[in-house]
Amino acid sequence: MSRKTEVFVIGGGPAGLSAAIVAAELGAETLLVDDSAKLGGQLIKQTHRFFGSSNRDAGIRGISIASKLCKDVENLKGRLTVLKNTAAVGFYSNNEVGILSQNAYERVAYQRAIVCTGATENSLAFENNDLPGVYGAGGVQTLMNVHGIRPGHKILMVGSGNIGLIVSYQLIQAGVEVVGLVEGLPTIGGYLVHASKIRRLGVPIYTSHTILQAIGETHVEGATLSRVDERFQPVPNTEFEIKCDCICLAVGLTPLIDLFQQAHCRMVHIGELGGLVPLHDSGMKTTNPDVYVAGDASGIEEATTAILGGRIAGARAYESLHGKSEKADQIVAEAKEELKTLRSGSTGERIRWGRERVLKEVGAC
Amino acid sequence: MLINDGIITPEELKCALPPEERYKKGPVAIIECLQDIPCDPCVSACPVKAIQMKEGITDKPVLDFEKCTGCGLCVPKCPGLAIFIVQKNIAPGKAAVSISYELLPIPVKDQMVTLLDRAGKEVGEGKVIRVINPPAYDKTAVVTVEVPEEKVMDVRAVRVKSGGQS
Ligand SMILES: Cc1cc2nc3c(=O)[nH]c(=O)nc-3n(C[C@H](O)[C@H](O)[C@H](O)COP(=O)(O)OP(=O)(O)OC[C@H]3O[C@@H](n4cnc5c(N)ncnc54)[C@H](O)[C@@H]3O)c2cc1C
Ligand code: SF4
Ligand code: SF4
Repeated sequence: MSRKTEVFVIGGGPAGLSAAIVAAELGAETLLVDDSAKLGGQLIKQTHRFFGSSNRDAGIRGISIASKLCKDVENLKGRLTVLKNTAAVGFYSNNEVGILSQNAYERVAYQRAIVCTGATENSLAFENNDLPGVYGAGGVQTLMNVHGIRPGHKILMVGSGNIGLIVSYQLIQAGVEVVGLVEGLPTIGGYLVHASKIRRLGVPIYTSHTILQAIGETHVEGATLSRVDERFQPVPNTEFEIKCDCICLAVGLTPLIDLFQQAHCRMVHIGELGGLVPLHDSGMKTTNPDVYVAGDASGIEEATTAILGGRIAGARAYESLHGKSEKADQIVAEAKEELKTLRSGSTGERIRWGRERVLKEVGAC
Repeated sequence: MLINDGIITPEELKCALPPEERYKKGPVAIIECLQDIPCDPCVSACPVKAIQMKEGITDKPVLDFEKCTGCGLCVPKCPGLAIFIVQKNIAPGKAAVSISYELLPIPVKDQMVTLLDRAGKEVGEGKVIRVINPPAYDKTAVVTVEVPEEKVMDVRAVRVKSGGQS
């Protein structure tokens, strides 16, 4: 079977949902696919109150933001079709994408595609890292917050970015003991209020430390940690053991970008944005003029910025099909203004720098 | 130091504290949010506009101690759980601290709980004098505990042993 649509959105996280909502609201016939059973992407695992600006959902729990977006999707039924449990598996040269659901393979002929596939988790090399009981933070969150399953009783967290800090807190809420949090750098990477939150519940934070090995024969029974020097080299004779039955890795995310490569979008490696990302202009258009990008796939950031990027992509994709629209312009202008404030200040510095590089490179080609 | 271990030192905290005379006028908020982060729900939570950010959302919150009534409405709205209400001298030698609490079981009034400092170290026991947990707080309860006056700047969390409500 085959389908046809004006705007084809791949990925139903905050970026994809927002892009689809805007495109459909403006009047484009829109199709959205997501490979999971529940829309919302990362948001459905986020039971904590969100950061960000209060006029864009801060202070609200991630899961509630997902419900809000899903309601908007529901209200656009006529113009917006949603296929869950459906993965986009490949781009073809004639503006077609193959999609695979549980029992069917179809092709979608699109005029504009907005790819919002999010990110994958990074791993870390250490001895025995394949022992059962070593998890990625995303896996731990899914077990705990989506399926209600406790991943272990005593957990060691690796990585002090916001994900490591927040998942540690959620584990404590689920009744799991967090025996420590390890960070190679001398300073905590995530927001310090999140760090203080777990620290005052008794979680030791080991900065300038690394994990050397997981201990155990058939499953994790502990870990060996050691101090590291400025060049991340373990300092001899500082090793010590810590007992745990689970090791959770929260060592960063990398944009999920294989679809862009298939669609012949030019890619650029920008460390600040998490690795390879498709080059795109300020309207989120990649170097393939029919393909747009938004959310973590365009550079690892946050749900609030993913929503705003999605809105811009949805509006510009609509305009590229139906001509200039005042309403679309307004949506883009508002989103850009909000992005500017969100990325201002010292915590936004890395992202700002990475974003500027993308724009510079796209201008150069 | 905060940036190395998550524990705010007394030196680092100074900028967030009201002048000593302010405590005589009743409860006051202490905002232990010392880093520029893109976050601002505290600003809109305050009914008397006592919390401000000069440079916009990525700036640190600054509290006007004179305007603050200690009402506590900002406490459950802060995703960093970084706002506390301190009331000194509620009885001779006693003070009260209000803390966001998102664990189970939630303690009940008059229950004894373990008092923890910023490092999670036990610093004594205290009686719960109030628990506010309305639907509008969306599952962040605000627990007020009685603490010895000299511990009021140390107690920043509580541990509930058992009992309470789940
Ligand atoms: C622990 C944690 C805490 C966080 N806290 C905050 C916070 O406080 N504030 C904040 O703003 N942000 C926060 N974030 C970040 C935020 O969740 C992400 O930045 C945001 O979800 C990114 O949105 P997205 O739409 O780009 O991607 P995602 O949410 O990852 O969604 C991508 C979707 O695409 C689907 N997909 C991928 N490939 C395909 C394919 N080929 N076909 C079909 N579907 C596909 C995926 O299944 C997924 O549903 C947090 C993240 C984590 C992990
Ligand atoms: S305690 Fe009340 S008055 Fe004081 S800052 Fe918080 S909300 Fe405002
Ligand atoms: S809401 Fe809390 S974490 Fe956010 S800026 Fe205000 S005090 Fe800081």
